[in-house]
Amino acid sequence: MAKEKILIKGGRVIDPANKIDDTLDIFIVNGKISKVSKAIKADDAKVLDASGKIIIPGLVDMHVHLREPGREDKETIYTATKAALHGGVTAVLAMPNTDPAIDSLSSIEILKTAISKSAQADVLICAAITTGRKGREVVDMAMLKKEGAVAFSDDGSSVDSDEIMLAALRSAKKAGLPIICHSEDKALSNFGVVNLGFTSTRLGLKGISQESEYKRVARDVDFAAQSGAAVHIAHVSCKESLGIIARAKKKGLRVTCETAPHYFTFSEDAVLGYDTNFKMNPPLRSKEDVQAIREGLANGIIDVIASDHAPHTENEKEIEFERAEFGVVGLETELSAAITVLVDTGFLDWFGLVEKMSLNPARILGVDKGSLGEGRVADMAIIEPGQKWQVAKDLFLSKSKNSSFIGKDLKGVVAYTIYKGAIHQWSS
Amino acid sequence: MIWSKKDLLGLEELTKEEVELILSTASSFKEVSSREIKKVPALRGRTVVNLFYEPSTRTRVSFEVAAKRLSADVINIATETSSVKKGETLIDTGKNIEALKADIIVMRHNSSGAAAMLARHLNISVVNAGDGWHEHPTQALLDIFTLKEKLGEVAGLNVSIVGDIAHSRVARSNIWGLTKLGARVTVCAPKLLIPVDIEAMGVKVTDNIDEALVRADAVNVLRMQFERDGEMAFPKQLEYFKAFGITAERLSKAKKDILVMHPGPINRGIEISSEVADGLNSVILEQVTNGIAVRMAVLFLVDQARDGKRENTD
Repeated sequence: MAKEKILIKGGRVIDPANKIDDTLDIFIVNGKISKVSKAIKADDAKVLDASGKIIIPGLVDMHVHLREPGREDKETIYTATKAALHGGVTAVLAMPNTDPAIDSLSSIEILKTAISKSAQADVLICAAITTGRKGREVVDMAMLKKEGAVAFSDDGSSVDSDEIMLAALRSAKKAGLPIICHSEDKALSNFGVVNLGFTSTRLGLKGISQESEYKRVARDVDFAAQSGAAVHIAHVSCKESLGIIARAKKKGLRVTCETAPHYFTFSEDAVLGYDTNFKMNPPLRSKEDVQAIREGLANGIIDVIASDHAPHTENEKEIEFERAEFGVVGLETELSAAITVLVDTGFLDWFGLVEKMSLNPARILGVDKGSLGEGRVADMAIIEPGQKWQVAKDLFLSKSKNSSFIGKDLKGVVAYTIYKGAIHQWSS
Repeated sequence: MIWSKKDLLGLEELTKEEVELILSTASSFKEVSSREIKKVPALRGRTVVNLFYEPSTRTRVSFEVAAKRLSADVINIATETSSVKKGETLIDTGKNIEALKADIIVMRHNSSGAAAMLARHLNISVVNAGDGWHEHPTQALLDIFTLKEKLGEVAGLNVSIVGDIAHSRVARSNIWGLTKLGARVTVCAPKLLIPVDIEAMGVKVTDNIDEALVRADAVNVLRMQFERDGEMAFPKQLEYFKAFGITAERLSKAKKDILVMHPGPINRGIEISSEVADGLNSVILEQVTNGIAVRMAVLFLVDQARDGKRENTD
């Protein structure tokens, strides 16, 4: 932690955890927030003028593919966490679909060693639900929790067997950790690559039905009720899934969910030119679904915005649409996308934005983040909320550039990210 | 009307006027093939590369004949002889062809969208000779050219397309082209071979062949690709012929001068009976002849558009 005193003057502090939305000073000592109030005086502190800017807790992105270990050609822990800071994200949840998958003592040790060597921001660990993410054998959740895992997911795959999924949920409940569900019935999505409907028909590509998502969401939600475990549904893309989750929440089940910026920004029409930077799983859906996702964020059915940052090399993306990898990067655009598409249009206020991108994911993962309270680690982002920028490949610190937002005008620039009291200034 | 596109990727993105321009250009090229010396110098000094990732004889030969009648040099690349098997990406292959100073790539590819992707990465022209299930624009153009030649006006015509619509690029291109010109299009197939939401393309859907034929001015019979058998609930050959095959008996209930078209190669006794294929209503071989004129027009227009751009940037 930086052993110095920093005084951030005159920024608009947005901190829903402490119900604060006010122009205040923040005093940081030795990497921790020492005081948040009006007109703090500290002669020996380094002063950072934040007037006209917005200060929020560092974002907690609970869906990130670091690719290390195994695919360092796509991304490394170093480049991903650098990119995270660049996007105002100070903590990421690393998904376990690495090589090896994070499913055992030896593989989590490999990951932890790599994190301690090169992480530039906090990396939280999501371990696999089953060995090798193959859906056959539930991992030793108690051991993995002891080794630092904060959640379990077979991300990229759903556990097809009802019996194994229920066993996993019971085990996760015992361990007191949530299970994150990639809810997809692959028998129904059947090698599709775009949304099933007029889009798949006119493009001549295989379609992924909404049914393949929401039927599995319904099962996973039902199993949350049976097991009493906490279930978090990843990357919700369609209206029907939201209806199922809304009913579960009404019944008081321990169900939460997330969506990603591409699902509230783009509809399936974006795929019409066969640009593989719009190929992801689940696929971009109809305009009606995009509207439902925005409303779901506004009315609280959707708890979290996470990037599903999925770096891929050009070799894997700049090829025939059917053969290209699924997924897009998102760490460096998610905040601006949310400001542009949700805050500017009134779907979310600033409190709502911070809740979805920092406070709620921290709560779901049971980590002490997402707050600017006194005594907390000084993780925050300082934003120029009105500043516009155009997304371009060469602006990314991520090793991969497969972004849906390339060429798009976004509003809101991260001017500084403060991680454990260290200031990272971004040129704008 | 000036043609401004360096590529022809599909009929969906064309305006009605652009479709009509190709057709009228084709009309003026058609006469070349009946000359004593079947050649004009329109593309002299140009190089056309036929890049075929799928086996195809008729489309490839038709493009080759068209390019040669325009005096272009033609190079044929089939997957077996290229470095594709060595793992070269499509874009790299395209860029290598561009570096050879070729002017036009005519590509057949099994992946939908492949032509669009290649065109985005190259400055030379790309003509889509069929990409996956997506589009086969020159086939639809020659179908429409033939219709127009035989029946005069396309607007108001009832055209039925029969066969495996779900996996057919010919069907998609025909639907876009015909509806743009004001024809009423009906697609007819077993329910499982009708793609989701096809009605949104502006067509009527039926699984009753007699209904598809009763008011039709023309029927376009698609080739049934039984090699897909096993991939999904695909009808058996004889069952298909019984339920959807175009026979003389079925045609007897249709308009007397209904045009019977087929993109070829035909499966006699499967989607069409020999009697119909060789009968008076059939224009199948005229389609082949017209294909040359249409492809000459397309090669000529895309080349001109690129030329125009070249001059502008100088």
